[in-house]
Amino acid sequence: MKEMTCIVCPRGCRLKVDDEMNVTGNFCPRGKNYAISELTHPVRMVTSTVRVSNRDNMVASVKTSEAIDKDKVFMVIEAINKMSVSAPCHVGDILIKNIFDTNVDIVITKNIE
Amino acid sequence: MKYDVLIIGAGAIGASIARELSRYLLKVALIDKENDVGNVTSMANSAIIHSGYDPIPRTNKAKFNVLGNKMFDQISDELDVKFERNGSLTVALYDSQLPLLEELAKRSKENGVKVKLLSKEEVLKMEPNISPEVKGALYAPTAGIIDPFNLVVHTVENAVDNGVELFLNEEVINIEYHDELSKVLTKDKIFEAKIVIDAAGLSSDKIARMVDPNIDWKITPRKGQYFVLDHYKVGLVNRVIFPLPSEKGKGILVSKTTSNNYIVGPSSEPVDDINDLSTDTMTLSNIRFQASEMVPSIPFNQTIRAFSGNRATCTRHDFVIERCKGKENFIILGGIESPGLVSSPAIARYVVEEFVKKTLTLKENPSFNPRVKKYLRPKEMDFKERNELIAKNKDYGEMVCFCEQVTLGEVKDVLSRSVPPRSVKAMKKRVRAGFGKCQGGFCQPRILAELAKHYKVSWLDVNYDELDTNILVKNVKEPK
Amino acid sequence: MKERQLVIIGGGSGGMAAAIKAYDEGIKDILILEKDGCLGGILNQCIHNGFGLTEFKEELSGPEYLSRFEDEVKKRGIEFKLHSLVTNITRDKVVTYTNKEEGVVEIKAQAIIMATGCYERNAGAIQIPGDRPKGVITAGTAQKYLNIHGYLVGKRVVILGSGDIGLIMARRMTLEGAKVLCVSEIMPYSNGLQRNISQCLNDFNIPLYLSHSVSKIVGKEKVEKVVISKVDDHFKFIPGTEMEFECDTLLLSIGLIPYISLLENINCPISSTKGAMVYDNMETFIDGIFACGNCLHVHDVVDFVSEEGRNAGHGAALYLKEKEATSSIDVKYDKLLSYVVPQKVRIPVKEDVTLKFRVRREIRNANVIVKSKDQVLSQTFKMVMIPSEMVMIKLNKDKLANLDDELYVEIVEKK
Repeated sequence: MKEMTCIVCPRGCRLKVDDEMNVTGNFCPRGKNYAISELTHPVRMVTSTVRVSNRDNMVASVKTSEAIDKDKVFMVIEAINKMSVSAPCHVGDILIKNIFDTNVDIVITKNIE
Repeated sequence: MKYDVLIIGAGAIGASIARELSRYLLKVALIDKENDVGNVTSMANSAIIHSGYDPIPRTNKAKFNVLGNKMFDQISDELDVKFERNGSLTVALYDSQLPLLEELAKRSKENGVKVKLLSKEEVLKMEPNISPEVKGALYAPTAGIIDPFNLVVHTVENAVDNGVELFLNEEVINIEYHDELSKVLTKDKIFEAKIVIDAAGLSSDKIARMVDPNIDWKITPRKGQYFVLDHYKVGLVNRVIFPLPSEKGKGILVSKTTSNNYIVGPSSEPVDDINDLSTDTMTLSNIRFQASEMVPSIPFNQTIRAFSGNRATCTRHDFVIERCKGKENFIILGGIESPGLVSSPAIARYVVEEFVKKTLTLKENPSFNPRVKKYLRPKEMDFKERNELIAKNKDYGEMVCFCEQVTLGEVKDVLSRSVPPRSVKAMKKRVRAGFGKCQGGFCQPRILAELAKHYKVSWLDVNYDELDTNILVKNVKEPK
Repeated sequence: MKERQLVIIGGGSGGMAAAIKAYDEGIKDILILEKDGCLGGILNQCIHNGFGLTEFKEELSGPEYLSRFEDEVKKRGIEFKLHSLVTNITRDKVVTYTNKEEGVVEIKAQAIIMATGCYERNAGAIQIPGDRPKGVITAGTAQKYLNIHGYLVGKRVVILGSGDIGLIMARRMTLEGAKVLCVSEIMPYSNGLQRNISQCLNDFNIPLYLSHSVSKIVGKEKVEKVVISKVDDHFKFIPGTEMEFECDTLLLSIGLIPYISLLENINCPISSTKGAMVYDNMETFIDGIFACGNCLHVHDVVDFVSEEGRNAGHGAALYLKEKEATSSIDVKYDKLLSYVVPQKVRIPVKEDVTLKFRVRREIRNANVIVKSKDQVLSQTFKMVMIPSEMVMIKLNKDKLANLDDELYVEIVEKK
């Protein structure tokens, strides 16, 4: 039996998973998916910022379009820190397409005019 | 670099002497080890312009306190420093203290200070929030409160405007005394001066020993911890409220400040290290307890800061104001603790008249201007005045500090003056950005940006206070 | 003096939601006054995800969430002014603000919505023993430096307080190369969301010390060391439990306080949340002045701020359209609750009423019962309630139709 806190949403359900991968304590189906994924193949959303090349002392926020392998988190941060965007940039602009062949993009999450 | 007079220490004393000397055609240097003027004792004190009821008659403390007090109406006007002569009450809470009050009244009379003994009823009528246990009080109408930060900043600014040269971050390593021309050595500079003045506050004994290792006094610093409370809505107390003084000092006072806050403190504890500015829970709760005895309804839940300052108490228990024996052109101003702030202009005048004039022939500076350029404070103007100002300079319409309502115009103004702030804290002392309830949480990045822009440096190079106290340590998005 | 129907003070998530709602209910003459240079308030620096699950049924970052509201404000052509600080309001709703272009301006509003957010409790408020060097900074300020400007405030960090901003910053600074040594929390429970403890601390093996606080800061000019000690039930340090951490930064995440000097200045009644007391329509006890969001009570989820903003916008719209006098009843609660918003409910009740509250300690398997005159109006079972998570109980208007005596909220724990 494993116990964990679901991180899918701010509700933070306390999940229990038995040896047969039966999940209890979840409020919604996403909790069950999270528990199984966390035990088999943990993933995380990554949010960070990227340099804005034509603005002083300003960065633009970015995120992974989907959760990526937990063990790639620091690599993703490093890749983003090598990049820059130039203003104007907008929510949804793609900064890095298909990062590390994961089918996940790095997208801008902030409007800078 | 050769000077007529070199002053070590740009606190209240050094600043006042520099300004006094700038009335004459002299080459004067004012040097300080800190990154801003008035950054040690002059910054962390009760900010009271004492009446002079308390010092022992015929001491330096008594003499200069009383003389200095009379000078502040003119000084605050010329230097555009906030000052209010709101009077003080020294309260007796027990019948056994009443004889002491009378003793103090006698002392005041000897010192030439106007006071009045008040009955319980008179005290409570004057200050209804004083404890109903009060038995009587000594009222000293000439006491006042001042903005201690800008008193020093504006004094130095006026001195510099009138020709004094200011050097910050210059810590004196050694002094080679000569009757004609002494050498004052700092880490990378040598200053030469006909007269050297030691106004080094907590370090005044250390500096004095560089010239005379056998001085018969030393500094035994005493720490004072304080609370600062947020802006008041209705008057808790309108005058400075003191307990009866003891051998440890004037005791824990409750006072409003010129920025409409309340200050409560100080404690009095001997410390070994002049740089020990720590606060501790036990002392602070003791202050809370003692102050509440006098004024029970102090809203300590409105505390926005606790801080401490060290007094330059010396073993002579009086101000040391003298020429060094046998080395007449080295002037020592040591052990200047409370009432040093109020005494500073009187001490400065005395030093010039009694010491400097005996060595140097002084010619009046014909272009001396006793006034600083007027400070514009939109917060205190009526709407019409404010709008005229903003129409002329839009920066006075943009607020950078929300809690204290400080405008960009004020920030840029102090940066353009002759003693500009070099750190976030120096800016805070001048314009009050960061002194409010959020303590800089909202405005600090903006202030930091303005400092970086003005000095054309990276954000990483903006200091909080001293050199090498940069707030930011790494630009994580720097181009590789 | 110019007149406006509705002035909204603060253009963050509460203010924007309020403006949109009031506009959609027919109030077209709206002015939003924002002190900063952009709409969105603190969400601009909250670049992490987790926003919008209730509002949009998807997980957004702070800037994405705010941009959706900003788009709606702009689509409706609702007027907003940036860099415009309100310096005063009066009980008869004269609003004074100032900016570069217009100078000082006074306008007479028919209704005001306060959406001024909150500020961070800082070192000054708690008097941490020891030195006062550079390097003690609130988590939100550090967040602004990092997420808006791209700078780290420190490389070795101790965090005091387990509020969400502190937890989020533990992860954020770790990702950008800082070493976060520990998080210390004076209470025996965390003040942050469970999921943040899991994904921000556990993921990076950052220890969380409950019932611990900073007993000493060491460092003359810069932070050199922070000492953490265990506290007893009365929050006094227990000698002998000291742990020393060499670090350059002490990050404070010790709570948020409604930023309401404007309301304090007009003697608006203040509740235990340190925000204004309000009726169920979000109106403060001063006629025509409404409040919502973190300046009313600090929320843990922004979606609820938006919802409360809409309630205030709706309340203000009705106020402007109807303006009828009614009476009200008090909302009281038992000692397991630390507060309930609203503090009063207007009767007769015409709309559903949502009661929002926090508990004082962790409570498991309990019923939340709302009664009036011994009549149970609602009973809701909760598996777990913790102080860091706001609880909401929705009361159907039909059940409240004949309400004429105080509402009482109580928690009955099951054995």
